[in-house]
Amino acid sequence: MQNTTTHDKARDAGLVCQLQEYKRGKMSDLYCKDLCMTFADPMSGSKVEALKDIQFNLKEGEILTVLGPSGCGKTTLLNMIAGFITPTSGTLSLGGVDIQAPGAERGMVFQQGALFEWLTVARNVDFGLRMKGMSEEESIELVNFWLDTVGLQGFGETPTYQLSGGMQQRVALARCLVNDPDLILMDEPLGALDALTREKMQSLILELWKKTGKTIIVITHSVEEALLLGERLFVMAPRPGRIHREYNLPFAEMGLKRSLREIKQEKEFSTIREEILTMIWDMEEEIMGGV
Amino acid sequence: MFDWISDNRALIALIVIIALAVSFVFSIFVGVKQTRLRAKDEVFGDPERTKGGWYWALCGVSALLLIWFYYSWGTARAVFPTAANELCQVAKVKEAMSPITAALPVESRYLKSTTLVVRNAAQVDKLAVSMPTQVFSAREQAKITLAVAQIKDLLAMLSNPQLSDPGAASALLAVEMDLQNIAARLKSDYAELQPQEEALEQPKWGTSEVEIPILPITSRGVLIDSVTPDMQEIAKAFLKVRNISPQAKELIAETKAILADLKTPDPLMQLNEAGEGARNAYVKAVDRIFKRLDDGTIFPATSMDGVQKAVDEVFVSLTDAKGSLGIVESLFFPGDGVVKSRTQCTEQGSGRWLPKPTDVIATFSTLANPDLESGGGYKGTTLLWWKWLPIADVIAFLIPDGLVDMLPGSYGTHGDSGEFKPNYKDRLLAVAQGDVNLGSVPMLDGHIWDSLFRVLVAMGFGILVGVPLGIYMGVSRFFKSFFDPMIELYRPVPPLAWAPLILTIFGIQDDGKIFLLFMVAFAIMVISARTGASGTQLSKIRASHSLGATNGQILRHVILPNAMPEILTGVRIAIGVCWGTLVAAEMLAGTTGIGFIENVARTVSDYELIWVTILIMGLLGLFFDLVMRWAIAKIIPWRGKG
Repeated sequence: MQNTTTHDKARDAGLVCQLQEYKRGKMSDLYCKDLCMTFADPMSGSKVEALKDIQFNLKEGEILTVLGPSGCGKTTLLNMIAGFITPTSGTLSLGGVDIQAPGAERGMVFQQGALFEWLTVARNVDFGLRMKGMSEEESIELVNFWLDTVGLQGFGETPTYQLSGGMQQRVALARCLVNDPDLILMDEPLGALDALTREKMQSLILELWKKTGKTIIVITHSVEEALLLGERLFVMAPRPGRIHREYNLPFAEMGLKRSLREIKQEKEFSTIREEILTMIWDMEEEIMGGV
Repeated sequence: MFDWISDNRALIALIVIIALAVSFVFSIFVGVKQTRLRAKDEVFGDPERTKGGWYWALCGVSALLLIWFYYSWGTARAVFPTAANELCQVAKVKEAMSPITAALPVESRYLKSTTLVVRNAAQVDKLAVSMPTQVFSAREQAKITLAVAQIKDLLAMLSNPQLSDPGAASALLAVEMDLQNIAARLKSDYAELQPQEEALEQPKWGTSEVEIPILPITSRGVLIDSVTPDMQEIAKAFLKVRNISPQAKELIAETKAILADLKTPDPLMQLNEAGEGARNAYVKAVDRIFKRLDDGTIFPATSMDGVQKAVDEVFVSLTDAKGSLGIVESLFFPGDGVVKSRTQCTEQGSGRWLPKPTDVIATFSTLANPDLESGGGYKGTTLLWWKWLPIADVIAFLIPDGLVDMLPGSYGTHGDSGEFKPNYKDRLLAVAQGDVNLGSVPMLDGHIWDSLFRVLVAMGFGILVGVPLGIYMGVSRFFKSFFDPMIELYRPVPPLAWAPLILTIFGIQDDGKIFLLFMVAFAIMVISARTGASGTQLSKIRASHSLGATNGQILRHVILPNAMPEILTGVRIAIGVCWGTLVAAEMLAGTTGIGFIENVARTVSDYELIWVTILIMGLLGLFFDLVMRWAIAKIIPWRGKG
């Protein structure tokens, strides 16, 4: 009996979310035009072009993965979209509004979770809501709904430092989603997890993407992960940081229905994987040779 | 209750000693067994299992306390309560005999006469060589040379058995006979002897006023005590013996005349002030050596043989009379320190400065007794108790009078018929000065509370001011650069170096000490809060930004909790440093507090009281630390796990 009630509540909360989405009634696409970022070393005066002329649009509901060798400016790009750093030139807007500073409409998930270890799981998740002035009583349903969604039922009162790495990332996802952002930015979210947990989390991300219809950008080092998660995939190249090649991929859509391991066996999958690996390998060679 | 503890302290000590011995053996047994079992766990095994090391703690504590009981004679006191009294009787005999033994190589290496001869001869030779010839006429020089030669002659004459005084020899023989008599008396049976009533009524060994009762309370003690008055007579007679033969008397008179003659300078010599000074100093030096010799206290070496033998006999008899007491003394009285001192015997030697466990308890129970009228507390203040505190006093402490002065308007004046009607400012002043009746609240009181209060108030202010400033310094370049030099300039100065200045400015009451401690706590809190705040991970701040938190919210909800471990560590360190500084500051000035008690105890050499204060301070410090450890575990369970 009680189970049913919880379930109903969770479903209701989900409806509330979808309703909010519906009410907003505007497309929140990401526009990115002629984006440049130049870091200047104040001591030597030398300049490094971290990013040059980045140009792309991301429609609402798309999932994008970004690959590239170290130092190609993936994280810089993400930090600019999040609003942590300001681009040297170019325009960057979400839903028609220029991105000036960090905001709650762009949620961020970090590699190490960046959880607040002094708070319980539930207080971590409702952090954004509390900052907006919502009381714990008001947010409790939303929190429970998202904890259920990421698979952390009953962990609300657990201190975060008692959780495993995978569970901590689930909390980070829930904390981001409860805020109902238009765009979710993930900076190597699964980089610190073991292979098995990683695969589970990949399914979870796809599932959440499907369920919420959010726009998602995932930065990763793993080619397989990029192929599995990305509806679109950018391979970036360094010096200056730029988008080298763009792919449109069917695997994310497939991953919603079939097991990820099966997809990895596909002929097409391994062909593209090898192609990209070679591409990145060559870039790395170039960097090493250049030094 | 406090009297009961005092009276039964020997019994309490005995029980404690037995308990300690048992737990010592037990904990060694358990510890060895467990160590064998866990040899591998300590490094590689289950850390939970290595937690229980209580048996080794018990072992260490018991060993320490047992050593304490041993060196402070606690065991002797508990098990042989009359031993010290008997040793006191021996000490009395030895003290009575000390004029005789001082002349013999008993406690020193040489005969007293040998020392006198050698030292004076050396000094005379040195003087003869260093005579300042320019201030003496030739005639005077001759006189001095003669006097010096005569002094040397006198030394030789006194040391010669053939030329010594026959009267002295017979007197020494009488002393020898008397001593032999005493040695014989000490050998007699003492079973029948009974101590006097008066002796039995003496306070027991170890109450605060009397260390060891002086009158004998055992038969053996009565026997040993009975020879003391005779020994005193013998010593008196011994001191009167003089070795001045007729020849020596003649020689002394001659030298005396020469030296008297030398006192007035030769009128032919023209001396300036410095010359006169040098002349007088030289003559005086010769005279001083002569005066050491003219009383005939130097005897020929062989003349003391008889006395020496008799003294040895007395010592042998004393050892015999002690019997089993000798074993107790060598086993349970380390330091050989029962000595007679004025009207009582006291404990001297290595064990003297150690706190005697039972006396520490007695001193502590007197201190802790809250009833000031019956002699409890210290200098009119209890150790830790409570009292009624008028609320008006608290308000007067918090509101400075100057604040009322700053209000608009002026104070009232007296009216035409001499009456005074207070206006609002007068009434507020009365409040600021505590001249109102607002009722009272129960409040802790006493030396410990005074010390605690100073530390707690200073810590409170230190945390209230230091933590916010430290956090702002951790996140803002302006705050850091502006305040850092100020704090870094005063912080390295040892707090006690500030104490004289601050106590001079603020006076010896609480505010001076609180301000001093505030300075200590403030610097530590600022540094720890700053370290904690600036150590916040960038990703956490970025995460909070993208969750929609404002800068103020991030400061309150992210940076402050993130800095908590460092802040609490800072509090823990600051309390320790404050406590140390406070005690020293109380020693400098003040009328209450633990440091004050210790300082007064120091001036009267009250070892037990000093130790009691040291123990109280140690226990309070330990208490602070335990509270902080508990608080840290409660407040920041995530520490080290983020």
